[in-house]
Amino acid sequence: MDILETIYATPAGKFVARKVGLADPPKLRRGRLLPTGPIVLGELEGGRIGRETLTLIGVTPGQPVLDVPEARVKDEKGRAVPPRYPAKPGAIVVDATGVRELTELEGIRCLLRPVMRSLEPSGRIVILASDASAVEGLEAKAVAQAIDGINRTIGKELRGGATSNLVFLKEGTGPSDLASTLSFLLEGRSAFVDGQTWRVGPAKVAHELSAKPFADRIVVVTGAARGIGAAIGRTFARDGATVVAVDIPASGDALAKVANELGGSALQLDITAADAGARIASHVASRHGEDARIWAIVHNAGITRDRMLANLDEKTWASVLDVNLAAEMRINDFLLSADHPGGLGEEARIVGIASTSGVAGNKGQTNYAASKAGVMGYVWALKEDLADRPITVNAVAPGFIETEMTAAIPFVQREIFRRTNSLSQGGNPVDVAETLAYLCGPASGGVDGQVVRVCGQNLIGA
Amino acid sequence: MSSRNAVVVGGNRTPFVKAGGKYAAASAQDLMTAALDGLVARFGLSGQRVDEVVGGAVLKHTRDFNLTRESVLGSALSPLSPACDLQQACCTGLEAVVYVSNKIRLGQAQVGIAGGVDSASDAPIVVTEPLRKALLALSRARSLPEKLAALAKIRPGDLTPVPPAVIEPRTGLSMGESQALTTKKWGISRAEQDALSLASHQSLAKAWDDGFFDDLVTPYLRVAKDAILRPDTTMEALGRLRPVFGKGEGASMTAGNSTALTDGAAVVLLAEEEEAKRRGWPVLAKVVDAQVAAADYVNGSDDLLLAPAAALPVLLERNNLSLGDFDFYEFHEAFASTVLATLKSLEQAGVGTVDRARLNVAGSSLATGHPFAATGARIVATLAKLLAEKGPGSRGLISICAAGGQGLVAILEA
Repeated sequence: MDILETIYATPAGKFVARKVGLADPPKLRRGRLLPTGPIVLGELEGGRIGRETLTLIGVTPGQPVLDVPEARVKDEKGRAVPPRYPAKPGAIVVDATGVRELTELEGIRCLLRPVMRSLEPSGRIVILASDASAVEGLEAKAVAQAIDGINRTIGKELRGGATSNLVFLKEGTGPSDLASTLSFLLEGRSAFVDGQTWRVGPAKVAHELSAKPFADRIVVVTGAARGIGAAIGRTFARDGATVVAVDIPASGDALAKVANELGGSALQLDITAADAGARIASHVASRHGEDARIWAIVHNAGITRDRMLANLDEKTWASVLDVNLAAEMRINDFLLSADHPGGLGEEARIVGIASTSGVAGNKGQTNYAASKAGVMGYVWALKEDLADRPITVNAVAPGFIETEMTAAIPFVQREIFRRTNSLSQGGNPVDVAETLAYLCGPASGGVDGQVVRVCGQNLIGA
Repeated sequence: MSSRNAVVVGGNRTPFVKAGGKYAAASAQDLMTAALDGLVARFGLSGQRVDEVVGGAVLKHTRDFNLTRESVLGSALSPLSPACDLQQACCTGLEAVVYVSNKIRLGQAQVGIAGGVDSASDAPIVVTEPLRKALLALSRARSLPEKLAALAKIRPGDLTPVPPAVIEPRTGLSMGESQALTTKKWGISRAEQDALSLASHQSLAKAWDDGFFDDLVTPYLRVAKDAILRPDTTMEALGRLRPVFGKGEGASMTAGNSTALTDGAAVVLLAEEEEAKRRGWPVLAKVVDAQVAAADYVNGSDDLLLAPAAALPVLLERNNLSLGDFDFYEFHEAFASTVLATLKSLEQAGVGTVDRARLNVAGSSLATGHPFAATGARIVATLAKLLAEKGPGSRGLISICAAGGQGLVAILEA
């Protein structure tokens, strides 16, 4: 801890920090918890899927309050303000899937204005819209992108840990395809996902939602000995998974602790080994039988070797690309090449970890940014490759997450990274883990080829 | 009954470290628990019951009277897993494997763990015998004069603590001094000893480089690799060391060709063959048979550490095998000259010759170190993996010598 950080941690330091605008950030609602207040449904013309999906996840939606001129009330200074909700709403789901014309966007405005200052802490705005690929005509396509702009902006305007996210629905998407995504977004699991937009389509294979989606399923997590990897293991185990925890042999003791805590098994393996994929499969087969198959593989292992490009040699360059991207590709190549004993199941989930550094670039991280942007490109391409198999492939792109690695960043820099997002704080490893678990859920078969940022709507590269 | 086979499923150990090194603050129980936890993680046994865990230590505190059971209770295994301590000096780990294998073969257990631990850093230090007797008399004394009389017997010199030493109680000779007699008797040269030590270091280093230990060792206390290993040692470097055991001209035993006092723990997972298959576990090798023998080194002319040479012919004959019938030989390197004298005595007795290219191919105790009771489990896990890699039908022979003039030999088969 440097001297500034020590001062900052004292009561006096905190007092001064608050005075200069560094208030304590809101505490986020996390876990499998719905908002406490009512979940309101704002249905615009032509929208039906929102209501049907809420019913599917067991939510009876409340009535929205509309900001129309005749409904406005006067505040204490006599100004016309939107009508108030009787109780703070926990969330609003705006079903804009039928919106095709620019004038219809007014419907979104008048639904959102009354909630902007009245959502409960860690409240939620979820906008559902039709994907540009699913609508006809120039105006409708422009409208789809316009909604994206709305979402990104309200994410920045919301306070108190509330988030806004947008889901674009592809042609033919039904309520059961959307349920896992809507449930994730409303619950505390999506705490650090804010201002994001991604696409959901018809699931390749339909599954019902469950609180233990991974019961009797094997999930492989690389880099599981500590930090985000350990949190990923814990989250999957909480949701019923039999976890195979993988990390380099030198981290074997920490890895063993994680595996034993989760009731899983540990595989000491350098993922850059040429036969890493085969060794993962053979471990699974020799612990769970020849017929056992992997439900999901989480390619979490990653390293940083930060240098300005002016100081970056070929070794430092190569090691980061090899661990963060090439190893993942080699392992997938093997697992996808045939039905190996202990290999990937027919309907498997592959997830990788990108990074906001890959999205936006980051000083001193050419190698890392290359590898992480590469993960995104790989996900998009692999999705096309796997179009005729019921396997999905996705990635998350974490922003500033509180880990041992980020704790090593100098205090002032760290405090800046940490606060330059819409939630004014760093995320927790569990936030990344929850998003991965959502993407790997059996009910998420309609989420494919997506990169979901877990960054609290980081201002960089947004 | 013969249809039940005991098989080695896998193993785990801590890296081995020289006494007084990175594990100096760890107790034998800490080390054993760490070895167990690594095994439990490797095979996904967290919270599960195994039928019996058997282990032991040579250097043992009185507080460790139930060492293995206490280690189980501190581990991730189900507390419903019973445990048993046994001890046969350096044969402890292998004898534990034999014990569990026999129970498995008899149907008294399906799945068991065998191993051992030693911490020369955490060795018990005791009080002198006169002080101990005086203190016991004091506790029996009822009146003040009796108490004073008991106390009066204590002399200042009695107050010095007694550190442990690896000394044979009946000859008063240390292990190294005893072996020096054997070395001389069998005419084992310095160069032969150093060459064996060099081979041990080179083989162990190669095994580490090849990732052989990736699924046999779990790091402990920031040590990820055997710390006694000198990958780049040479005959010249070994040749420069001064003799530490034996006297005068012919003294040839150095710190380089003798094992160091070592801290570490090792365990092996054993199961009935069908049970292992039912669980989808790897069947690395069968525990085929074992034979123990003892030598009369006190009154007779036997060597302290050559008892395995007496056990071997019995084992081979019972199994209709000859000494050449093995793909791998694991001869515990207590001292380089122990292995060399054992080989020589086997040759002289007409038992046969050991192909040196098949001897200790993944390194042995000279390079790895020798936490007394852990060595047997280290060797069993290493050999089982070598045999599994070699393929079905391959066979391996283990030979371990121990204090008290004892020796234990065993056969594994893939």
